[in-house]
Amino acid sequence: MKEGRPRSFYVLAIFFAAYVLFLYGPMIAIYILSFQGPSGGLTFPMNGVSTYWIAKLFQGTGIVDLGAAFRRSLLLGIIVMIVTVVLSVAAGMAFRRKFKAQSILFYSAIASLIVPSIITSLGISLEFRIIDDLIKAHFHENFETSMGLLTSGLGAHLTWTLPFGLLIMFAIFNRFDPRLEEAARDLGATPWQTFRHVVLPIILPSVIGIGLFGFTLSWDELARSSQAIGAVNTLPLDLQGLTTTVTNPDIYALGTVISAVSFTVITLALGTIHVLNKRQAAKGSDAGKGLV
Amino acid sequence: MTTSDEILQEGSPGVTRGSPARASLRPRLSPSVISWLQAGPMMLVFLAFFLIPLVFVLIVSFWDYNEYQLLPAFSGRGYTDTFEGCIDKLPELCTIGRTYLMTLKLCFMVWAITLFIGFWVAYFLAFHVKSKTWQMGLSLLCTIPFWTSNVIRMIAWIPLLGRNGLVNSGLVKTGLINHPVEWLLFSEFSVVLALVHLFTFFMVVPIFNSMVRIDKSLIEAAYDAGASGFQTLVNVIIPLAKPGIVIGSIFVITIVMGDFITIGVMGGQQIAAAGKIIETRVNALQFPAAAANAVILLVITFLIITMMSRIVDIKKEL
Repeated sequence: MKEGRPRSFYVLAIFFAAYVLFLYGPMIAIYILSFQGPSGGLTFPMNGVSTYWIAKLFQGTGIVDLGAAFRRSLLLGIIVMIVTVVLSVAAGMAFRRKFKAQSILFYSAIASLIVPSIITSLGISLEFRIIDDLIKAHFHENFETSMGLLTSGLGAHLTWTLPFGLLIMFAIFNRFDPRLEEAARDLGATPWQTFRHVVLPIILPSVIGIGLFGFTLSWDELARSSQAIGAVNTLPLDLQGLTTTVTNPDIYALGTVISAVSFTVITLALGTIHVLNKRQAAKGSDAGKGLV
Repeated sequence: MTTSDEILQEGSPGVTRGSPARASLRPRLSPSVISWLQAGPMMLVFLAFFLIPLVFVLIVSFWDYNEYQLLPAFSGRGYTDTFEGCIDKLPELCTIGRTYLMTLKLCFMVWAITLFIGFWVAYFLAFHVKSKTWQMGLSLLCTIPFWTSNVIRMIAWIPLLGRNGLVNSGLVKTGLINHPVEWLLFSEFSVVLALVHLFTFFMVVPIFNSMVRIDKSLIEAAYDAGASGFQTLVNVIIPLAKPGIVIGSIFVITIVMGDFITIGVMGGQQIAAAGKIIETRVNALQFPAAAANAVILLVITFLIITMMSRIVDIKKEL
């Protein structure tokens, strides 16, 4: 049976297509422009095609020490990803039972998500400044600062990634069948075995999703890093610094390089999720196969 | 490897795994202790990097300061400096008043546009895309930009909107205008455009979530009872999608209220906004004044959220 689609379908389909074009069009424009020829400018038309501007970034002749900032952002992103996954899965498991302080944690996460980033960032920087002053006054006169990439910077990023991780865990366990765990327990599995061999394999695709959020949100984070990162810059901060002095396409080249990392991570994560889902569909159930 | 046995050992030394019959008698960690172990680490992160920092913002907002450092003594200077001239200038608005008016104006425009776009995009995905695979694929298409850098998505407008950009040269070529127009970039227009571009996602997701939960038979029932498409939309779909609309609105409004990066980059650092004042004060090392502004921004944001969450119970909806 083929039912004709209503007219509203076509109107909204065009609207949706326009929205997608609006989302991707400008980004694609700068990816193309980053391959400008050496004499090319900031806008179209292209003045030849080359990898001159991208190569220039890696030679370190530009304004930014790309290599160092790149490594810092990558390191921070990976640590944030791991911590986000572990803490979110653990807290997600906790939320399946009632426990005291449940609503405190829930509201802290929601508040952390919606309190403007600049306030969180300012608060963290004040906290670390005051800690520094205390250390200087009482312990160590020549103490420099406790602020840094992996102290205040890591904390600032986690206040942004953990709420997403927790919300994804809620979504997972909303449609999780607890009878599977009961069955495992009845068969004599310890709580850890139940988690390791029953719960984790089922939720693994979504857990990779949490990792994807953890890394990409950290890799591109700006507002919370701005006051809390300490003396060094991450890649997005360097990029933002360049926007005030845009004169040639190296800013687009930097944008393209940063995006390339994002897209690599997105592709890897989505690919893994896809493979896991397929495996689950193929091997997840032995129903109807008789006794194995 | 930490097995549950080892965890049990910690909690109750001397207990070993026995036969199943004895296992039921074996003392275990109480469920509430396990919950604490599981949720504790995340709670600690929020405590150390979110809740305590907020307390510091409040405390420091009442401290004194000079040109280069914080003075830990009670003072209302952070606030009095912020509201300087507000009473003398009446009925005209002082700087902070004008800034907040500007911020609210941007907020309202971005909210209205993202709500419109977000609603119809979500509607299309939820009701018109029937196959689950397509629904997933198209939702993913909307999500991918969210995983890429915001600054890049802002810069991306420069080649299009600049003085010699695509839009201007296109308009000049077609003869619609004689000279390139200047208001396309580094203006209120470009700020709103970029904010809509960046944050419509936050509207689409919650509205879509509300819409897919709507029982399709309700809509059929409305049609069977003789309702027109428009009546069904207003009387059935919008009320049921309201939680998503409210949550999306809260996200968008709080983001725009505190934004300083998009407004800075796309406004050519010329537009004053609530978030930008804080940044400017921090750059001038006037931390108490920055903190006072943060407290004011927090209070206003909180008021807006309270007003909106009156309409819907957020916790129930997530």
